[in-house]
Amino acid sequence: MGMTMTQKILADHAGLESVKAGQLINARLDMVLANDITAPVAINEFEKAGFESVFDNEKIALVMDHFTPNKDIKAAQQCLKTRIFARKHNIKHFYDVGNMGVEHALLPEQGIVAAGEAIIGADSHTCTYGALGAFSTGMGSTDIAAGMATGQAWFKIPSAIRVVLTGKPGKYVSGKDVILHLIGMIGVDGALYKSLEFMGDGLASLTMEDRLCISNMAIEAGAKNGIFMVDDITREYMNGRVSRDYKVFEPDDDAEYEKTVEIDLSELKPTVAFPHLPENTREIGTFDPVRIDQVVIGSCTNGRIEDMATAAEILRGKHIAQDVRGIVIPATQTVYKECIKRGYLDIFIDAGCVVSTPTCGPCLGGYMGILAEGEKCVATTNRNFVGRMGHVDSEIYLASPAVAAASAITGYITDPKEVE
Amino acid sequence: MKVNGSAHKYGDNVDTDVIIPARYLNTQDHKELASHCMEDIDKDFVNSVNDGDIMVAGYNFGCGSSREHAPIAIKASGISCVIAKTFARIFYRNAINIGLAILECPDAAENIKAGDKIEVDFETGVITNVTRGEEYKAMPFPEFINNIINKGGLLNSIK
Repeated sequence: MGMTMTQKILADHAGLESVKAGQLINARLDMVLANDITAPVAINEFEKAGFESVFDNEKIALVMDHFTPNKDIKAAQQCLKTRIFARKHNIKHFYDVGNMGVEHALLPEQGIVAAGEAIIGADSHTCTYGALGAFSTGMGSTDIAAGMATGQAWFKIPSAIRVVLTGKPGKYVSGKDVILHLIGMIGVDGALYKSLEFMGDGLASLTMEDRLCISNMAIEAGAKNGIFMVDDITREYMNGRVSRDYKVFEPDDDAEYEKTVEIDLSELKPTVAFPHLPENTREIGTFDPVRIDQVVIGSCTNGRIEDMATAAEILRGKHIAQDVRGIVIPATQTVYKECIKRGYLDIFIDAGCVVSTPTCGPCLGGYMGILAEGEKCVATTNRNFVGRMGHVDSEIYLASPAVAAASAITGYITDPKEVE
Repeated sequence: MKVNGSAHKYGDNVDTDVIIPARYLNTQDHKELASHCMEDIDKDFVNSVNDGDIMVAGYNFGCGSSREHAPIAIKASGISCVIAKTFARIFYRNAINIGLAILECPDAAENIKAGDKIEVDFETGVITNVTRGEEYKAMPFPEFINNIINKGGLLNSIK
């Protein structure tokens, strides 16, 4: 029986000819990631276990992005702990205030992750790098402590669901709409313990930003990872970012997939996930107006330059509704600078939005945009769980940057076509 | 090893944001994390939980974030075992790695009611509902995972 892309990468990293679903393996790691929330817990475990050195100071990334610039004293202490560890072990990829960005936007952008690699991160959205044709998955801090010490992790080889994308998406349909549609189809545990493997001729019309967004939210369907076939678009993106050799793995013709889901991109509409689960999806135009109090455009899901461009084109020369607070967060310093260069900051600020330095901030209810009781927010983020962005009685509606920008203008969840 | 206590019952898709909201992730202190455990879906939990109690839930328990603070908060609150129909995979690994016992058992998760007195035998995987006089059989851990648990967690098993 042939292997899936994921199985091939894991077999390669375990030094095995072949693997099959359910098999337990030990694999070597190309990158081990943690952030300012999860690194301190990992460091505690690392030191408690008595490890004195890391396996490779060039294969660990520590990104201070969740509560930075620090929101309070406790958050500052956590960064301090991580900073001391990073200096002690001379961690090459340590990103602090000044050069940090939201981790899953930053690592692909900086060429720190590449096709064919095996990456674990103490952040559930580590699955983002599947967009590059890598195997990457989220784990907890103890697994990351072990990974930092040994450069290895144990895995149960996952079975897989094949997602075949065909056709070309219409205007205002982006990667976010594709993944929300898929989660709506299969549910928040529809891919539990499994890989999602994306292929089909529809890939030709999906940009890297679209793919990074789709892989990013694989976890919201319970998936272990969400991986794309590598094509010219992937190679073009890695060209100039990744200087080391990388390997491309394609699924065998007889690879075993538990099921196949087909999505015709041309049939998709802008899609919104209603509270309080990402699977509660509805197509725009199929529900009564929902008044909103806040819009957040950013995050590891939709804080990249293409997302900023989409929002800026819709907001250009317009002003957001009087009672709406608009918060725009470019995900990295590079994205931020590009926004300045292209004049997007003027557009956002003239439209009545604030533009923040890169941070995960409001996505997880940390700071920089917490919701009050009863408030509603359209966010380009990835989770709309109870209390995720603030008060337990607030509501989050997940959508694309286009829907978020259009909604900011009207003050209710809006089809971008309506504000053209 | 056997544990026993009262059941605290929840539904499907209990996510890590309600187990321990991110606004409290600026600490790693186990007791402080425990003091906010489940507060966004069950304000009474921290007051009503007793050492040894059992948490029971439906499908996809622990979905969402990779925060290890979630199983840590549950364990530090006094819960001795979580029984669910299924677990989200990162939570599953994290629980094992920090030594929180978890069992997948749809039968038990379906039939146990809040407040039932429950006994769990980890050796046999047998869950006894003392209140209702029922018995359920959980799926035992694979040997590989038993090894991690027996050695006192992941880091001890690789040292």
